[in-house]
Amino acid sequence: MRYIFVLTCSLALLTACTQSQNKNPEAKVVTTSKPSVLSSQSDGDPLLGLPAVPIPNDNLQTPEKISLGDKLFHDKRFSIDGTVSCANCHDAKKAFGDGLAVSLGHHDLTGTRNAPTVINAAFYTSQFWDGREPDLEGQSKQPFVNPVEHGLTDHEVILEIVRTDTDYQTAFSSIFGVSGKQVSIDHVAKAIASFERTIISGNSPFDRYYFKGDTKAMSDTQVRGFKLFIGQGRCVSCHTIEQDHALFTDNRFHNIGIGINDIQQDVPRLAEAFLQAKNKDVDVDIMVLTDKKSSELGRFAITNELDKVGAFKTPTLRNIEMTAPYMHDGSLKTLKDVIIHYHNGGVTPASAKVNAYLSGGIRPLNLTEAQIDDLVAFMKALTSPEYAQSSANTTIN
Amino acid sequence: MSTTNRSRRNFIKNTSALALGSTLPISMIELAFANSNENFTFAYISDSHIQHIKGTRFVRNWDQGLKRAVAETNLLTPKPDFVMFGGDLAQLGSKPELDHGAEILSAISNDIHYVMGEHDYYLDLGAYWEKLFGPQYYSFDHKGVHFIVLNSIRTYDEWTYNRWPSNEQRMLEMAGLDNPNGSPFMVGNEQRKWLNNDLAKIAKTTPIVVFSHSPLQKIYKGWNFWTEDAEQIQALLKPYNKVSVIYGHVHQIQYNQIGNISFHSVMATAWPWPYPSTYAQAEQYLPQLTVPMNRADPFFERDATGWQFINMANGNVDLNFTLNSNKNRSVKFNNVNKRPEDSQFQEQGSQIPPQTHY
Repeated sequence: MRYIFVLTCSLALLTACTQSQNKNPEAKVVTTSKPSVLSSQSDGDPLLGLPAVPIPNDNLQTPEKISLGDKLFHDKRFSIDGTVSCANCHDAKKAFGDGLAVSLGHHDLTGTRNAPTVINAAFYTSQFWDGREPDLEGQSKQPFVNPVEHGLTDHEVILEIVRTDTDYQTAFSSIFGVSGKQVSIDHVAKAIASFERTIISGNSPFDRYYFKGDTKAMSDTQVRGFKLFIGQGRCVSCHTIEQDHALFTDNRFHNIGIGINDIQQDVPRLAEAFLQAKNKDVDVDIMVLTDKKSSELGRFAITNELDKVGAFKTPTLRNIEMTAPYMHDGSLKTLKDVIIHYHNGGVTPASAKVNAYLSGGIRPLNLTEAQIDDLVAFMKALTSPEYAQSSANTTIN
Repeated sequence: MSTTNRSRRNFIKNTSALALGSTLPISMIELAFANSNENFTFAYISDSHIQHIKGTRFVRNWDQGLKRAVAETNLLTPKPDFVMFGGDLAQLGSKPELDHGAEILSAISNDIHYVMGEHDYYLDLGAYWEKLFGPQYYSFDHKGVHFIVLNSIRTYDEWTYNRWPSNEQRMLEMAGLDNPNGSPFMVGNEQRKWLNNDLAKIAKTTPIVVFSHSPLQKIYKGWNFWTEDAEQIQALLKPYNKVSVIYGHVHQIQYNQIGNISFHSVMATAWPWPYPSTYAQAEQYLPQLTVPMNRADPFFERDATGWQFINMANGNVDLNFTLNSNKNRSVKFNNVNKRPEDSQFQEQGSQIPPQTHY
């Protein structure tokens, strides 16, 4: 829906539109490629800098399905105490994050990981910080039944609601042709995923600078920051930029010295205990979100690969200014903290012990104070106009 | 074969009782003596090239490679019976380098046996190394296997003792590649005599594993992928039914079979060879012994480095290469073809063509 209002609202109406619940009946444009007609508008192509959204063959986009997904995404009844919807932690007003270090579930329980923004999540080739689900469909099912998120013991509560609520009955029947017991959690997941595939956003100052040749789109310090980004800063090796688009992620997993640094001595014990538990069919999703130390095993917990200990997915940098705090555990408050962490070669503070499993690409950068500031400035050139607007009345940073 | 398979199945069954599935890479114990009590693995770390800059500063990249191998070795479950270090712990053989390397290795929770590399040796001819790690050549027995460690990187006495104005100069000359001032590695008379006596006590049916730094076969002289008296060593080992030679030095995966002897190289933790062709500063003359590796990624400094854990498999060795940012490899003895083979990439059709440019 956020995508749709971008298409249908002029910039001046944007704030008002955000606050309405997107019930615009004309909003039904769904596409997998850039709508070139928009390029002629004064505010440009909102998808500038993005590739086509990958849409799975078994879950094609339709306006009705997207609208259903939007509704499901915001339904607080899908939680143990009726207070938690997807939007609690993925709040459109907070750039589809929550501004917290780690997210709050029911009864203010906290997990172990920072809520990643939904914006442009459709482009990832795996979901969650550790990539434990291949797609948005798989991802969307897990928080409902995690003990520290929505807190449901199983998906039955959700199915009960969607099978009996008349609006939902009508929607599932017309979209999927199912009713009663035929409605499964996979239908719910498909609708939510379809909705999330509309939350995509490009057209940042960087996009206009790089892909449209608008040399004025970025400030001098941002341009210097960009040169550092692809040079001495070594950022672009993981936060990739292609010739005709930029997702700022390699979709790979790297140990960058976050979280793992504090538990280095425990890793042999934790790794063995984790694998034993996993072999006894303990749910990985629950384990990594409820046990802070196991959480820090990162991608290793999913693949058992030794070179993935403490490794997490490279997140996109689009709209990064709006999604503080940073890193998988939300442990770094500002973009400057992040740049300094990399500058230090994967440690915060600089005197901390480098972890033995550190990804081979992470090394001290020897940046000057001014260069660090330039890189931070460049990060702020990656914000899409609609989120730059919505951030004006938030307290981030 | 069938005996092996049966005991292997039993072993996997027994292991899964420990709740560790056989598919988990850090519990890749397989196989294989008739008596399953004799199954064991050991880990092998090599070629770390710890390099002193000055004061307390060492080259970070090489430090990280060794630290990583040590940390990963400590994750092995079940624990390996012992750990081998395959030589070239230091870059230029100095006390600070050997001390620093020994300190990093001290985090390993197993016994470590050491092999001498030329980078450890040519400064003081192994004097300080001996203080830290013990004799330069020796043997030991473990669960029915006879292990022999040789110092294979010695050379002609004239070169070692009479040619260089300083020990430092000698070290630098031997550290060079394609160096006309260099000299071929060898085991030498003294150790061959010792080896002959050592082997005399060993039954011909006892599996033998020889650890050396240089290959005990002749591959490429310019880089000392070479042992001058290789044929003589091979002749001493010839009467034994099952012999495996494991060597470091080459920083790449090589394997070969000569008569009764299986040859295996191990990976370096420091840097990979061969360099990508676009980076090579001299033409390379390596023969077609190896399955080409994926080229190293210059961004990920650990790419194409690694370490290995080794299963004793019915008296043969199976090497499992743990390669960071790369596909793990496994080279096992094929009982039908009577030679080591890569378990995934041996067939021409299943090999990955090397990249030729960045």
